[in-house]
Amino acid sequence: MTTIPEYDIARSARCPLDPAPAMRARQEEGPLTRVRLWDGGTAWLVTGHAEHRAVLGHPEVSVEPARGLPRLSPAEAAGMDSMAKEGSSGLGFIMMDDPEHARLRRMVTSAFTVKRVEAMRPATQEIADELIDRLLAGPKPADLVEAFALPLPSLVISNLLGVPYDDHEFFQANSRTIINRNSAPAERGQAQRRLAEYLDGLIGEKLAKPGDDLLSGLVERVKAGELSRQEAARMGVLMLFAGHETTANMITLGTLALLRDPAQLALLRESDDPKLIASAVEELLRYLTITHGGLRRVALADIEIAGQVIRAGEGIITVNETANRDPSVFPDPDRLDLRRNPRLHVTFGYGVHQCLGQPLARMELQVAYPALLRRIPTLALATELEQIPFKHDGFVYGAYELPVTW
Amino acid sequence: MKIIIDQDKCVASGQCVMAADDVFDQRDEDGVVVLLNDDPSPGRLADVRQASLVCPALAITVEA
Repeated sequence: MTTIPEYDIARSARCPLDPAPAMRARQEEGPLTRVRLWDGGTAWLVTGHAEHRAVLGHPEVSVEPARGLPRLSPAEAAGMDSMAKEGSSGLGFIMMDDPEHARLRRMVTSAFTVKRVEAMRPATQEIADELIDRLLAGPKPADLVEAFALPLPSLVISNLLGVPYDDHEFFQANSRTIINRNSAPAERGQAQRRLAEYLDGLIGEKLAKPGDDLLSGLVERVKAGELSRQEAARMGVLMLFAGHETTANMITLGTLALLRDPAQLALLRESDDPKLIASAVEELLRYLTITHGGLRRVALADIEIAGQVIRAGEGIITVNETANRDPSVFPDPDRLDLRRNPRLHVTFGYGVHQCLGQPLARMELQVAYPALLRRIPTLALATELEQIPFKHDGFVYGAYELPVTW
Repeated sequence: MKIIIDQDKCVASGQCVMAADDVFDQRDEDGVVVLLNDDPSPGRLADVRQASLVCPALAITVEA
């Protein structure tokens, strides 16, 4: 009898920026293997790049919890059960299949076109410069997360949505609870409810007095009867938390990776070629893969992937971090190489659910890294790698703090 | 070169615009792909193929 290995996402303390050793071991066995979950059930683990795209692009693969998504922790399973009982879709359209998913998603896509996002670049640059001014005027060492990595995307997404930034401590704390895999179910449910109530309040204000922001746009849809007020609030919650937690972790870990690789850091600092800056951002997205531990799906019919039949009803976990280190697509995958322009990376996912905010995230990162490296040429880590508290438990990988000096 | 786009499949990721902004654009109202040039010069083939490859919704087909 062969034993099925356990699903284990813990990254190693010695190589905290590399995929989990257990995930790499599965990848060596093949692009598609089986893993055992905490509750004794099993799921398909997809570690190869081509197979990852084949699953996420497959029309017979679902993302709806009620159809039998794999459950990754006791806390999450309890959360899914209570969502099912309430008949709620939790985080909105990211956990819905088409056509409902497409209907809701298309209501907000206009805010994230390449053109709209480009128009936000000068304001983002100003935010970055102001935060750096304040950082330089303050004591050192300083925590890069608190001083720069978190406020930058929080300010940008607050402006875009029309959420008062003064409430940032409230929405950041609740987002952290939602994104932590091990938050107690009651705690996570409470955090989701608090954010939903908060967004509902804002929608009420905008119904009375619309502004020129994304939430006001949703309010117009509510008035036109195309969207319920509850759906609008849920979309607001999703964009608010997805819009700052993710980019904040990329700024933090990207800076850390560059500080540990002086040659690559110099390359980025000394170039003002937008193509190199864009390529550097793609490579950091690939190398770090902060979307951590895998995306869950369930097969709706028997489907064949890499010569293997996945039966209807079986759970699937596609692992972004191993797909992004697949040597058949990215030669010498463990090397950070800012010139390689790895446009086929899957950090934003793939298929119809691919991250809606990716043009915004790219623009923010293209602004953030050069601003930091050029304005603070002596930027250095103020601690040892072993002392950095990494977010091993999150759906999004990152660091809770990153002490830096200059 | 022949480019076929499927606006119903498009999820407005904008990646085609980043790959070839002289060939693809997005509608202002919902970000759905618009073809600016249905017969670009052969020199643009690599970028157009890239756009098709990075499209998460398989909404772009290229025949060359």
